[in-house]
Amino acid sequence: MHFDSFAAFIDMGGYGFYVWTSFIVTFVGIYTLFIEQKWRKKQLKLAVVKENDRIQRIKKAKEKASQANSDK
Amino acid sequence: MWKWLHPYAKTEETYVLCGRLYPWFLWPAIALLAVGTVWGLAFAPADYQQGDSFRIIYIHVPGAMLSMGLYAGMAILGFIGLVWQIRTCYMGIAAIAPVGAMMTFIALFTGAVWGKPMWGTWWVWDARLTSELILLFLYLGVIALYGAFDDKIQAGKAVAVMSLVGVINLPIIHYSVYWWNTLHQGATISKFDNPSISSDMLWPLLLNILGFGLVAGALACRRLQNEILTREMRRPWAQTLLLSNETGAK
Repeated sequence: MHFDSFAAFIDMGGYGFYVWTSFIVTFVGIYTLFIEQKWRKKQLKLAVVKENDRIQRIKKAKEKASQANSDK
Repeated sequence: MWKWLHPYAKTEETYVLCGRLYPWFLWPAIALLAVGTVWGLAFAPADYQQGDSFRIIYIHVPGAMLSMGLYAGMAILGFIGLVWQIRTCYMGIAAIAPVGAMMTFIALFTGAVWGKPMWGTWWVWDARLTSELILLFLYLGVIALYGAFDDKIQAGKAVAVMSLVGVINLPIIHYSVYWWNTLHQGATISKFDNPSISSDMLWPLLLNILGFGLVAGALACRRLQNEILTREMRRPWAQTLLLSNETGAK
């Protein structure tokens, strides 16, 4: 270990602010890209489910209509 | 080799391949970055000139290397896509661009934060910094251009050409510190020379470079998968896939 104490580690020889800012921004930035992709996949799933439901609804409505027609 | 490569022109195969590669990129990346970062921050000795501020090198250099490496990757994909008319390559460009842009941003940001205490300024219009900023604009240009077309084949061709033209910037960035008198220091690691850094400082840097590369690989895989799904939403295989694990297990 290069530092004598945890306080010295945080202080980084007086450069704490610069060192920690760059590390935090870097890792938060990379993590955001992962989260963004998770979110995008979820949106895609929602879109397909919605579209699928719509097709099913139209199908049902058509069946109902043809049934009503044949009843006449 | 062609026989082996050919199926990957089919998006479905590429989707499966990316899914298989993803964990092999992600977990080693997390392990390498954890070790490299802790080693670099807590155990490596301080620099004799720059003190502890030099520890920013452990993310600055990997970010900068990846920013150029990913751009080269985009250009290669663009070339393959244009020559052999493979649209999976265009999707690959679209998948890589935001990752590259983030790496470029990291290089620029950490560079500025490092520059403030060392040079006394956040930013100078020095050759290295300016050419790296242009690289960021190239990435943003690729992202914007791809988004500007509704026809994604057209979009793919456009970004492929743009990535190829932008390659001229890579040697400029690399040699800027030799061609011009820059405030930026010269290379720390060089292929042809012994590194100008002691080995107990070098090891964590190498670990982090590899870690960044693997993280970029994992992100590119994920993005390519989602890009393929977005393009192929109406195809039966994509529909079954998206409907099957609705809970989002994957």
